[in-house]
Amino acid sequence: MATTFTLNGKSTTVNVDPQMPLLWVLRDTLDLTGTKFGCGMALCGACTVHINGEAARSCITPVSSVQGKKVTTIEGLSADGSHPVQKAWIAEDVPQCGYCQSGQIMSAVALLAKKPKPTDADIDDAMSGNICRCGTYQRIRKAIHRAAGSAGA
Amino acid sequence: MSSTSLLDRRSFLKTTAAAGTGLWIGFHLPAANAQETAATQEKKPPNPLNAWIHVSPDNHVTLIVGKSEMGQGIMTALPMILAEELSLDWKTVRIQQAPTDPAIYDLGTGGSGSVAGSYLPLRRAGAAAREMFITAAAQHWNVNPDTCVAKDGGILHGARKNFLTYGELADAASKLPVPDFKTVPLKNSADFTIVGHDTRRYEGIEKVNGTAKFGIDSRVPGMQYAVIERCPIFGGKLKSFDAAKAKAVPGVIDVFSIDPVGSSAFTAGGVVVRADSSWAAIQGRKALQVSWDEGPHASESSDSLRQQFLANAAQPGKVVRNDGDADAAISSATRKVDVVYEFPFAAHATMEPMNCAVHIRPDGAEAWVPTQAPQWAQDVIAGVSGLPRESVVVHTTLMGGGFGRRYMGDFVMEAAQVAKVTHKPVMILWTREDDMQHDFYRPSSYHRLSGAVDANGNLAAWKHFQTSTSIDAMWSPKGKETPENSEFATAIFIPYQTPNYRIEYTVAQSGVPRAWWRSVEHSTSGFVVESFVDELAAAAGRDPLAFRLRLIGEDRTIPDFSNPKEGKPLVTARLKGVLNLAAQKAPWGKPLPKGHAQGIATYYSFESYTACVAEVSVENRAIKVHRLVYAVDCGRPINPNGVAAQVEGAAIYGLSAALYDAITIRGGRVEQANFNNYAMPRIADTPKTEVYVVPSNEEPTGIGEPGLPVVVPAICNAVFAATGKRLRRFPIRSEDLA
Repeated sequence: MATTFTLNGKSTTVNVDPQMPLLWVLRDTLDLTGTKFGCGMALCGACTVHINGEAARSCITPVSSVQGKKVTTIEGLSADGSHPVQKAWIAEDVPQCGYCQSGQIMSAVALLAKKPKPTDADIDDAMSGNICRCGTYQRIRKAIHRAAGSAGA
Repeated sequence: MSSTSLLDRRSFLKTTAAAGTGLWIGFHLPAANAQETAATQEKKPPNPLNAWIHVSPDNHVTLIVGKSEMGQGIMTALPMILAEELSLDWKTVRIQQAPTDPAIYDLGTGGSGSVAGSYLPLRRAGAAAREMFITAAAQHWNVNPDTCVAKDGGILHGARKNFLTYGELADAASKLPVPDFKTVPLKNSADFTIVGHDTRRYEGIEKVNGTAKFGIDSRVPGMQYAVIERCPIFGGKLKSFDAAKAKAVPGVIDVFSIDPVGSSAFTAGGVVVRADSSWAAIQGRKALQVSWDEGPHASESSDSLRQQFLANAAQPGKVVRNDGDADAAISSATRKVDVVYEFPFAAHATMEPMNCAVHIRPDGAEAWVPTQAPQWAQDVIAGVSGLPRESVVVHTTLMGGGFGRRYMGDFVMEAAQVAKVTHKPVMILWTREDDMQHDFYRPSSYHRLSGAVDANGNLAAWKHFQTSTSIDAMWSPKGKETPENSEFATAIFIPYQTPNYRIEYTVAQSGVPRAWWRSVEHSTSGFVVESFVDELAAAAGRDPLAFRLRLIGEDRTIPDFSNPKEGKPLVTARLKGVLNLAAQKAPWGKPLPKGHAQGIATYYSFESYTACVAEVSVENRAIKVHRLVYAVDCGRPINPNGVAAQVEGAAIYGLSAALYDAITIRGGRVEQANFNNYAMPRIADTPKTEVYVVPSNEEPTGIGEPGLPVVVPAICNAVFAATGKRLRRFPIRSEDLA
C-alpha cells in the first residue's frame, strides 16, 4: 500500500506495509541511515525525526500515519551542516561515538523552535528522552545554549 | 607494551619504493593489552610492520592503522601526533582504519592503549619521513640539509620560493634510506604546536549531519536483513521450532537454525529469520514458535549467585598476597572496620546495538563490522566459511560505542553462520533486547574488607577477600584459570602504606557470559579501595583527604604486584599530584549549601592517575550529584579537549553503574530487556563536570577508561559525609538512603 509524504522537502511515495515504522522505511527502504535504531520502544530517542515540525520517535510511528505530512530527518536539516544547532554541536565538540547525536540534534532543534531561549529546566525537559551512552550531556547542554545565543544574535 | 625494542630495530623498518607510488613508511604499533588479545585464543607473533604512513605524489598524507574509532577520538589524536613531527595541518592527514590483512595490522583497540602505545612509534616514523623529505629537498636544491626545515606540509629553504610539498618530494624521498628510528631526531616538545593543544574531533561534521556510517548503516546492493531468536537461557539450546507463521509474514524470505559455538566466540545459536527489511525480519521472528532445551544453567539466579558468594566468603580464599599478619593486627586493634561490598552484573548497552553485515561468496568474503578486533572478525569468518584468511576482507566501520563489548567475536560468528547459508550479503541486526540479554557482562563480585587504624592515623592492616564470576575463568581453558591475577586490578597494590596487607580470592561459578566493561576490574576495585579507605579515615577520625595523603606518604614507586615486570609502577608523587589538584580546584572543605557534602577518591589505572571530588545532596531518598571536579594525569595530553571529553563520559558511564544499572538473573536468563528496566542517566542527571588535566612531559597513557573508577566512590563518600550512610551494594537502593 502506498504512503505519500514530504520527506526533507521532497514528495516521497513508498509501497510498504503500512504498519512498518517510519524508522525502517527511512533506513531500509529509502537508505536514509542518519536516523538511528536504538531501542524500538521510544525509550532512547536515537530515531528522533520531525513530523510537521514536532519531534517524534520514528521507531514507533507507523509509516501510514505520516501520509500527507512533512517529515524532516537529520539529512534534511541543512545541506552542509550549517544549521545553527549543527554548528553549535561542532563548536562544543559534542559527539563522541556520535550514534545518538542525530536524535539529540533533532530534539534540540524542535526545542529551540518552540523556546528560542531555553532554560536549563527546559533543556532537561525536552532532551530527557534522548540517551547518550558516551555521556556527552554536559556538552549537549552547552551547545543548545550556544545555538540559542547565535539564533538571537 | 614491550614493543620499544622491536621498533628500535632497524630491520623492522623498510620502505616500498615502487616508482610513482610515493613514500611508504612502515612501523610497529603494539597490540591492545595482553588480557584482551588473549581472548583471540590464538597467539600469533607480533607483526613488525602493522602501521603505515603514506605520502602520495598528489600530496595526500595517509595514516593506515589498525585502530578503531568508537568515540574515544583515535581518528583525531593519532593524526595530531604524526602531523606534529611532519609540521603540517593535522586535519589534512587522512586516517584509514586498516582493512584486515593477515600479514599486517594485527592490532585491536582496547585497554585504553591506543595513544599510549602509538605515541613514540608514530613520532619516530613521522620524524623519519620528515628527515627523508629534508634530504630529498636538499639534494634537489643542492644545499646543506641543515638549511632546510619542515613547514606547512613541505620543506622550506631560505626564501619562500624554495618550497616543495611532501607530495612533490615523495618519490625522491622514497628512494632514500630510512633513518634509524632509534636515533632519528624528534621534534623538541617545547616547539609543539599541535600536540597538547585543544582540537575538535576529526569526524565531527559527519557525526552531526547524518552521514557518519556506523556498522548498522552498511548498505550493500542486494543486501538482506536477518534477526536471530536465541535461547534466553545461557547455555540453553534449540529443541525445535515451527516457522509456518513466520514465513507467512510479508517480506520474510526464509527461516533456518544456526548452531551454538562454544569455544572461541560463545554464541547461543538459534533461529534465523531472513527478510527483505529489518522490520519484516523482526515481525517474522515474533511469529516464530520455538522450544528450548534449557541446559545446565536454567536454575541460576542472582539470589543463587549471592548464596554462592556467601558460602565462598565463609571460607578462606586463595592467598594472593600476604605482607605481615593482617588477621593478627586486626584482631588486636581497637579501631577496625569490617564491611562487604557487592556488585551486580552490568551490561555495556552501546547505543548502536550489535550488528554485522557479511557476504560470503565461493571465492571470498567481505564483511562490514563495527569491531574493536577486526583481526578476530576475520578469523571467525574464515573459520566459518572455510575460506583462507587472505580471502576475507573486513571493513572496520565507525562504532556506536564500544566500551569493550565490540572486542567480542560472537556477533561476527553468527553473521558468518547466516551468510554461509544465504550466499547473499546479509545484515544481522540485534534488537535492543538481544543486545541487553546476550551481552558479555561486567562480572558480579563480592568483597569483604577488613582493616584497622591506630591512634596516630596509621593503617595497621588491610585485608581484602573477593569472590567473583571472573572474566579470566570464563576465557581460560579449564584448570588453567588464574583469575586472582587480574581480578583485583590496582586493589592488589594500593598506595596506602601498611605493614599488614592480605589479599584472598575465590572464583564463583556462573553460566552468565562475562567480558570487559569500561575500565574492567578497575570499575569495582576502584570503588572497593576508595570506599574502604574512606571508611578507615572515618574510623580514625581523620579528614579523608589528609588521611589519604598521609598513608600515601613520601614519594616512591609501587610495583604492579600482579605484573611487576611489564606493569608500570604507581608513582606516588603523581597520585598525590592529582589528589591535591582536585582538592584545590573543588576546593576541598569549602562552605557548601545546607545538605550538600563533598567526597573524594583517587585511583591509578591504565597507567594514568585520577582524582575526583564530588558534591552531592540527598533528598527524598535520592542522590543528586551537583558537581564533579576531576584532576587527571595521563602523561602528555595529545588533545586536552579530547581528554576532558573522555573523562566527562566515563563519569556518566560510572554514574550509570552506581545509580541505575543492574543486570539481574532469574531462571538462567537476564531479567532486563530494554531501557525501561535497565535505566540510563539522562541529561537532567548530569552533574556539572570540570576536568583539570595535569600538564606533563611524561609519555601519554590511557584516558578512555581511567575516569570511571573514581566517580562512584567519590559520590558515595560524599553521601556518607552528607548523611552518615555508607553505600556498599549496587545499584544504590532508596532504602539504603533512608
